[in-house]
Amino acid sequence: MESNMSILIENTDVSLKYAAHYNSVKEVLFRNSAEEMNAHRKKALQDFITQGIPTRKNENYKYTNLQPRFSSEFRYIHEREPAEVDLHAVFRCDVPLLDTHLAFLFNGWFYEDNSKIGELPSGVILDSLENVAHNNPGLIRKYASLAQTEDDPLVALNTAFAKDGYFLYVPENTTVELPVQLINFLQAKESAYVTQRNFIYLEEGAHVKVISCDHTLNLNHYLNNSVTEIFAGPNANLEYYTLQNQHNYTTSLNSVFIHQEKDSKVTTLNSSLHGGLIRNNLKFNMDGENAEAFLYGMAFIDRKQHVDNFTQVIHGKPHCMSNQVYKNVLDDESTGAFTGRIHVVRDAQKTNAFQRNNNILLTDKATMQSKPQLIIDADDVKCSHGATVGQIDEEALFYLRARGIDEAKARLMMMNAFAYEVIQQISIEPLRKRINELVDKRLRGEVARCHDCAYNCEC
Amino acid sequence: MLSIKDLFVEVEGMEILKGINLVVKPGEIHAIMGPNGSGKSTLANVLAGKEEYTVTHGEVTYLGEDLLDMAPEERAQKGLFLSFQYPVEIPGVPMVNFLKTAVNEHRRSRGEKELTAGEFLKFMRTKMEMVDMHAQLTNRSVNEGFSGGEKKKNEIFQMALLEPRLAILDETDSGLDIDALKTVAHGVNALRNSGNATIVVTHYQRLLDYIVPDHVHVLYGGKIVKSAGKELAFELEEKGYDWIKKENGE
Amino acid sequence: MTDQDKILSEVTQGDYKYGFFSDIETEIIDRGLNEAVIRTISEKKDEPDFMLEFRLDAFRRWQKMKMPDWAYLKIPPIDFQGISYYAAPKKKPELRSLDEVDPELLETFNKLGIPLEEQKHLAGVAVDAVLDSVSVKTTFKEVLAEQGIVFCSFSDAVREHPDLVRKYLGQAVPVADNFFAALNSAVFSDGSFCYIPRGVRCPMELSTYFRINSANTGQFERTLIVADDDSYVSYLEGCTAPMRDENQLHAAVVEIIALNRAEVKYSTVQNWYPGDKNGRGGIYNFVTKRGICRGESSKISWTQVETGSAITWKYPSCILIGNHSVGEFNSVAVTNNHQQADTGSKMIHIGKNTKSTIVSKGISAGKSNNSYRGLVKVMPGAENSRNFSQCDSLLLNDTCGAHTFPYIEVGNKSSIVEHEATTSKIGEDQIFYCNQRGIDTEKAISMIVNGYAKEVLNKLPMEFAVEAQKLLQISLEGSVG
Repeated sequence: MESNMSILIENTDVSLKYAAHYNSVKEVLFRNSAEEMNAHRKKALQDFITQGIPTRKNENYKYTNLQPRFSSEFRYIHEREPAEVDLHAVFRCDVPLLDTHLAFLFNGWFYEDNSKIGELPSGVILDSLENVAHNNPGLIRKYASLAQTEDDPLVALNTAFAKDGYFLYVPENTTVELPVQLINFLQAKESAYVTQRNFIYLEEGAHVKVISCDHTLNLNHYLNNSVTEIFAGPNANLEYYTLQNQHNYTTSLNSVFIHQEKDSKVTTLNSSLHGGLIRNNLKFNMDGENAEAFLYGMAFIDRKQHVDNFTQVIHGKPHCMSNQVYKNVLDDESTGAFTGRIHVVRDAQKTNAFQRNNNILLTDKATMQSKPQLIIDADDVKCSHGATVGQIDEEALFYLRARGIDEAKARLMMMNAFAYEVIQQISIEPLRKRINELVDKRLRGEVARCHDCAYNCEC
Repeated sequence: MLSIKDLFVEVEGMEILKGINLVVKPGEIHAIMGPNGSGKSTLANVLAGKEEYTVTHGEVTYLGEDLLDMAPEERAQKGLFLSFQYPVEIPGVPMVNFLKTAVNEHRRSRGEKELTAGEFLKFMRTKMEMVDMHAQLTNRSVNEGFSGGEKKKNEIFQMALLEPRLAILDETDSGLDIDALKTVAHGVNALRNSGNATIVVTHYQRLLDYIVPDHVHVLYGGKIVKSAGKELAFELEEKGYDWIKKENGE
Repeated sequence: MTDQDKILSEVTQGDYKYGFFSDIETEIIDRGLNEAVIRTISEKKDEPDFMLEFRLDAFRRWQKMKMPDWAYLKIPPIDFQGISYYAAPKKKPELRSLDEVDPELLETFNKLGIPLEEQKHLAGVAVDAVLDSVSVKTTFKEVLAEQGIVFCSFSDAVREHPDLVRKYLGQAVPVADNFFAALNSAVFSDGSFCYIPRGVRCPMELSTYFRINSANTGQFERTLIVADDDSYVSYLEGCTAPMRDENQLHAAVVEIIALNRAEVKYSTVQNWYPGDKNGRGGIYNFVTKRGICRGESSKISWTQVETGSAITWKYPSCILIGNHSVGEFNSVAVTNNHQQADTGSKMIHIGKNTKSTIVSKGISAGKSNNSYRGLVKVMPGAENSRNFSQCDSLLLNDTCGAHTFPYIEVGNKSSIVEHEATTSKIGEDQIFYCNQRGIDTEKAISMIVNGYAKEVLNKLPMEFAVEAQKLLQISLEGSVG
């Protein structure tokens, strides 16, 4: 107890505030929650207190100071609240020809009236995590096994507060043909703190594509701290697309953990088009031979926006391959950060692990910080990383201009080309086309809205 | 069409061109020859408007206007085409997209209606036949993964699409085998008419067997030291450049 | 074990050839560190007040500091009170000719192959030799003085050129820059000082040889090089130590100041005792090296071949203040057995049009861990700056580790920063190709490793390049598997 006290004093008031808040809402958190989730809360809180809200002193958060973001006053949402509007009426995903199993989440909770999920193959479950935890706890026995609360304070805080999110299960040798699309809405009358906890489980030979889109429905301040745990069984194949399109008053903190067994293939692709502060933690644990992981990311930000992508790929078994490509275009006074760690453990021979981070700064006030890392403890490996910060290739620009394309247009073409390397990895064609358009719009300086936003926010 | 008067050009503080004079009239083909390092490519790049070249003295008039005052794209839109010695690879920019944009920028500058995707593809196909361009090449990114010969062919293909008034071919023959050379020359000749002109920059005479020049100039030490008819090219082929160097005190 | 493995592990048995100990009468003060010890050091060296103040200031700050723990190193606890902070050969090194040098000492330097003798005149290298932190002999002092070049022990510089020392000391590495630099600032006993006056091109390589001899002492030398406007100097540094079971601490500071258009080349061949095959003993090498390109178009280049030390913690850096200034870092770091290295460079771009290059070649063998750590920071005002970093790691077996930790921070749109890193195993096809041409595996590996490091070795002055190549071979003997 005494040691805990001294830690408390060392940490700041902000962290204390969250610890105190936990105590005041403890009853609500435990009430109606399944045993599997409640079992982790206490330790999670302690781990959070030990670590505190990360500051720049935390090496993993060196380029993103979260203290000010957590200092704002929020209303905390710890119970399911009814949506004020019919989400089906407000939202119509306008991606042409994109047919999906569509589910909404509202302020971190699986929407009660999810009528557009459609017919899923036999045995596939797409439901509220809370429901599954109550009705079928066997399915979430691995809950919180990937998201270790002692390693990251945001994960700890999420685990302490978590009550709901989406749950997706794909049984053995089952292919879900249509993509599963999840729309995460934020809408509250005042600034709100939202916790979302997701769980994806692919049995052996399961195939599924998931699209997760983040949206805000008004201009209030939001802090969303989400954690997603993903298990890909042997020979499973998952494509996981995330589209972040919020506004300048949002803080979006996402931690995704992926466990891969042998012969599995997981592709993640994240597009950050809009958001005040975005931090994406993405941690892969390749725990079976011949697994393949592809991590793609792109961000287009301006004004004072901040995007920080933090990846970690642990090659735990031989004969695996991973490839990471992250690209940022930074305008105005925006700031970007990238940390990518490849860790090849002892005896994970015949590993191929590659990583690249390319960045374009459009102004003198934008900054980029890149921290690629290789930790290699096996010798028969091919590993590389590359990072660049610079501008558009002047030679190429001249070539375009010499063909009569004016400078502004030529620059735009070059920027689109820069992004295209990531965009072309989207295998769902309507989505690829749409994101390509959105990126083009974004690069033209237009606000890219990917749905008919009823609120027409200016921000 | 083009008139260069006493042109001096520096690159990174080094004077490369030291007083070039040249007049090109519509319908003419001029060959500019010279040993390596004489300033041939510099001249080609300056005319196209490459930024790192600083004009310290002289003037260039193109179609009655001050060429040096124009942005590179403006020059291109007004019909000045440079076939690059080393065409640039631009990963991620699809050829078709690139070509369509270029063609439509040209059209827009002339006040013409832009071509729709369908119209453009049709137009492109006719031109592809002309230079024997394979369809699969236009499916790639600009020049990416092209062989040396394919890149040069691609330049001539673009020339066919853009229909320039003044084409500058910078060492278009280098790295080409004889068949590719013939194809390229065929393309250039097919595009020729009384209203346009061509400047062929080359080290060797062999391209001039296929693209017959009206005037041959020898560029040496940043100056045109000799000008004559096409017979000069043969003389150079026979004697090499040493006699030029000797005549100019080396 | 394949034949290749066998050959490779057999060759590792190579002994550390510098592991002798010289029996020289030495004056050592009691172990421990406090203000009194610092006053004693200052007193023994007969220093002016400003030096004592500098030391005390550093000491007070050091007491409040913590040992850095961010490096990828496992550092056993160091008992800073268990070390003696001053050891000097007893005979006062006021020597007029080599004949007066303690024969044991001369023998030591002969064993080290240090060019103190007459014959080395031909080599044209001026040498300052530092034994257990005290400068014992500087050659060519007079020849250099004719051109106004000051090259002497740090103590002499403090006495003879106090103004220069005072002006530049602590400029590149402030007293409390980091834990080890603060410790050095408090207790450093000697080192080399070099001043190249305006417009002078130093006619010969300047060189310092460092040798730890006594047991239970730490070595804390300090080097300060000032290159005035339009001057040039190439500086070499070599280090060795006897074999001992216990670890010894080395915490040096090197400061370089380059004024307008000055150029300084600093080359190091670091071969401190690395410990034995089981990881017993060896030097803990915590070094702060930093240069300031203060003047416009100035240039500082660091070249290092690091093969020794049980632990290396070292990041030679350049602060590019002058417009158009240039910083370079070229490194080959070899770790074998239980050695650990965390080394790299920092390039801080402040002036406009500044350029920096980092080339790092790590070679890991045995059970060692070899990390590159570097920072390239481009400040908003450093327009049109350029950095290129290439960090390659070569792994010679499956029990060692190679790690890369670059930090890239860019704050303006006109600069370009590129970083590339690769990690790979020594190519079996390359070895086979050599074998097929009749070259045995051991030689093949040596060739391949040398070829791999060539880019950096080529940057070393001739005399050093040969030595460095041999060192590379010895360090890796028997390590490949």
